[in-house]
Amino acid sequence: MTIASLIDTPCELTDSASSKTAIVLMTRVRLARNLAGKSFPGWAAKAERAKLLETCREAVAAAPQMKRGLNVTVEELTELERQILVERHLISRELSGSKGGGGVVISKDQTFSVMINEEDHLRIQVLRAGFQLKKAWNAINDFDSGLEAELDYAFSPTLGYLTACPTNLGTGMRASAMMHLPALVIAGQMEKVVRAVNQLGMVVRGLFGEGSDASGSIFQISNQTTLGEAEEEIIKRLGSVLNSIVEHELNARAKLMETDSRKLFDKIGRAYGILQNSHLLSSGEAMNLLSLLRLGADLGVFPEVNRSLIDRLFIEAQPGHLQHAQKGEFEPTERDLLRARCLRAEFANFPRPAFVNPGQN
Amino acid sequence: MANPLKCDFCPKPATVHLTKIVNNKVHKVDLCEECAQAKGVTDPSGFSLTDLLLTSSLDPESGTAGTGTCEQCGFTPADFKKHGRFGCPACYDAFKGLLEPMLDNMHKGVTHVGKVPRIALERKSLYDRLTKLELDLTDAVKSERYEEAARYRDEINQVKQAVGEKPAR
Repeated sequence: MTIASLIDTPCELTDSASSKTAIVLMTRVRLARNLAGKSFPGWAAKAERAKLLETCREAVAAAPQMKRGLNVTVEELTELERQILVERHLISRELSGSKGGGGVVISKDQTFSVMINEEDHLRIQVLRAGFQLKKAWNAINDFDSGLEAELDYAFSPTLGYLTACPTNLGTGMRASAMMHLPALVIAGQMEKVVRAVNQLGMVVRGLFGEGSDASGSIFQISNQTTLGEAEEEIIKRLGSVLNSIVEHELNARAKLMETDSRKLFDKIGRAYGILQNSHLLSSGEAMNLLSLLRLGADLGVFPEVNRSLIDRLFIEAQPGHLQHAQKGEFEPTERDLLRARCLRAEFANFPRPAFVNPGQN
Repeated sequence: MANPLKCDFCPKPATVHLTKIVNNKVHKVDLCEECAQAKGVTDPSGFSLTDLLLTSSLDPESGTAGTGTCEQCGFTPADFKKHGRFGCPACYDAFKGLLEPMLDNMHKGVTHVGKVPRIALERKSLYDRLTKLELDLTDAVKSERYEEAARYRDEINQVKQAVGEKPAR
């Protein structure tokens, strides 16, 4: 598979249309693994990194899950291609900007991705649309066991899998879910949620991980600790935290509809108007407008089948995807123009909002 | 604690105090306003207390950094302070003293209880055994203990078969 054909195939996040997974957009599990007796990528000399890349690529690409997948070095990718992979969560910003010896292997269906020579020798990742923590863990566990037959992992009986950063020590596992929480944001409860989640040993981040903002009311919630607790336990604990966040979001929605439905409808109606008529849209603003329309679809203001379009646009409104679709590289202001034009076209035939509040007559 | 608290990252007085409880253990970080801003504490979406704890516990004045070098890769505690990452897997042995108090703050426990790479470990122990047997064999031949040598050779063949028999995947 080539990078061009991978980019032209829609990825998991853009396909999450199932009604049951409205709030949890996507689940992800990643494992950090390193080879025994080798320096970590950040410390290894250039020649050693190159050798590590070859060893890892060969083993990873041979996995049955990677059949007919993509297998490239970071250097082979253009700036724009890297950006698209970052927007799809298939590589990290760190790998995208790495100095040399970085590589990635991605399965044909884009559910498995293995970054090589990022912070650790291997960063194995599984993505699943919707709320699929256990399935994602089972899939990555199998993949990891397969790889272990080929590679000697750095492992200590007391400390577990040895990682470049001690924050990943032990299981090396970070499980996370991407959640759409517009009502908690509108109701000003997000800070409270973040604090509560932190107390439970979980972390809340923006859409693109550490340091990124939460435009579009999309948040990533993941486990904080990796040592002293088995993978299944972490998954179970995270799952129950996620369930309780879903419940809070649903309560916040019900409360907004009950006490302030006009204000909420006003926001959704305006977002609809702007998406159909604006001529300049930054990606941040576009995300926030799309988020409101998505909330509208959840509340029955728009037919539920239209949610998949919104989910697709969440990704396609990102700078990398936008420029790829427009076949060129553009300055931010030009991009805002193109983004608005593309969204006007997408929403030209979008059904008009039907503002009916079942709670009020 | 009677003196006004100093920021964990600079000499200014601390005005932001963070407390986090993980498994009934209290973790505290004190920051001045500027450092709090700089570390993103005020931005709830992009902030991890763990990262703060990690770097603040490595204050060279506290003396936990210690000295010494990893024999495997030449990494020093100063390098760790700078990068926040280790040099190679052997660093975990070399800097045990530095690591232990940190892990206690950082994680739920200090001992791994999760997945074990059984296949890789088994393979490693087979190869280790093979290496030892081959040494024994050379030794036995050298000192003309042929009966022993024959036994080692048979064992080597057995282990080799076990290694070879392992399906590639």
